[in-house]
Amino acid sequence: MGNKKRIAWAKVWPPVAVLTALLACWQAAVAWGDIDPWLLPAPVSIVQEAIQIWPRLMEHTEATVRLMLLGFAGGSAVGFVLAALLHLIPWLRTVVYPLLVLSQNVPIVAVAPILTMLLGWGLLPKTLLVALVCFFPITIAMLSGLGNPDAQLRHYFQMIGIGKWQLFWRLELPHAIVHLFSGLKIAASYSVLSAVVAEWLGTNRGLGAFMLISSKGFQPDRVYAAVIIIVALSLMLFGLVVLAERMLIRWRPAKEVK
Amino acid sequence: MQKDTAGNKQSALQAKQIRKRFGSGHAAKEVIGGLSLTVADGEFVSIVGPSGSGKTTLFKIIGGLEPPTEGDIWIGGEQTTGERGHISYVPQQSALLPWRTVAGNIELSLTISGAGRQEAKQKTKEWLEKIGLHEYADDYPHVLSGGMLQRVSFLRALLAPQQLMLLDEPFGALDALTRLQMQQWLLSIWEESRRSVLLVTHSIEEALFLSDRVIVLSASPAVVLQEFVIPFERPRREALWTDIAFNEMKQHIYELLK
Repeated sequence: MGNKKRIAWAKVWPPVAVLTALLACWQAAVAWGDIDPWLLPAPVSIVQEAIQIWPRLMEHTEATVRLMLLGFAGGSAVGFVLAALLHLIPWLRTVVYPLLVLSQNVPIVAVAPILTMLLGWGLLPKTLLVALVCFFPITIAMLSGLGNPDAQLRHYFQMIGIGKWQLFWRLELPHAIVHLFSGLKIAASYSVLSAVVAEWLGTNRGLGAFMLISSKGFQPDRVYAAVIIIVALSLMLFGLVVLAERMLIRWRPAKEVK
Repeated sequence: MQKDTAGNKQSALQAKQIRKRFGSGHAAKEVIGGLSLTVADGEFVSIVGPSGSGKTTLFKIIGGLEPPTEGDIWIGGEQTTGERGHISYVPQQSALLPWRTVAGNIELSLTISGAGRQEAKQKTKEWLEKIGLHEYADDYPHVLSGGMLQRVSFLRALLAPQQLMLLDEPFGALDALTRLQMQQWLLSIWEESRRSVLLVTHSIEEALFLSDRVIVLSASPAVVLQEFVIPFERPRREALWTDIAFNEMKQHIYELLK
């Protein structure tokens, strides 16, 4: 155990040291250099400002978290079901798959105003936007997982007379779970990003809106504070997915990764 | 399954004039060229043949995965050509689901083969104990050695309600010593239950040591070259390897395959 901790520490301290040094340089540059604080605020003043407006900041964070989680959950659910449908119904796949790829080539910045036009300024169009961004990596990852389970396993189960549904539930779906998680990880980081973009485009709540208002009001320390929280949110959601993966995929040999 | 018609001796398996062609026109390739064989109830029959002689295709036809171009398959006195679910199967690689425990794997296969859930559970427990693997019942397959995996794989087929077992090179991936042990182990289990077995193997010794009858196939398109009734008494002695008659037969089959 002690040994394990030492190894973890050895991995952690170099990047932490570099980050600290960078922050120190930044602070020094703003303090002694010729940089206007409205252009680049010092790290310390960002933290100070954040503490001062903490309740407001949390209100906006809450709004963003709600949007992000709703969109992530909705997008994941849709992505999952869609992948299963496309896998089980081959003709549907030939029809829908190209459209899926097409949908991903429409920039979300362009979709957002359209959604707002159609559905107004409420939570729904924004959630839809986040979901739209999230479902795709999940569908793609799931489809590739469903499509190629171990050929020998498939052959064995077919030989003993497994039906299509059983094959799906017993072999293809469990096999796809590993792939599903790689899709979920991508979707997790996308969801934070797209939630912020959605808030830029039409609301006065949430970190995205807060950033926009602060930047227009020449309060860069607030913008930076919001960015830090967004990064933290992204990391947290990613961490949650990794945690869920570990809980669900216990069967994997522990010492495979070197 | 055991419908004795008109007092005829029931066959576990009858392959009648099986032909299999792949492709059509000039590109057509005949893999099996009018092959007939039977496995009587409780009989252990082996097939040996040069590699690429269509043994895999033959198994797929018997298992119902591939329709024969001509000919019929009868299992347990019923026409089953192109139907799945009439056999139990031991593949070359053990083909256990990595995300299910050893017991879970056996139970799943038994339920797919048509056994009740409770019955599957109880049989699995009882037999894992019998073959000395009960300690591994709740472990995932990656913990087990190659020989143990094949024991589990064999047990899975043995406990299935289907009367006919197909063994596709079950010991092919094992080292020589483990292979010997596995052959003896298999015989000891089989002699208790006397299921009908069709075994494909590359090893002439293995075929002679285990079987009541050995069928030698030609190179592609496969037909039956010759059949040998193996006269050695059961239970088979380990010292059979040094028996003169044994070695003469081995030599004879070897010449045929050359």
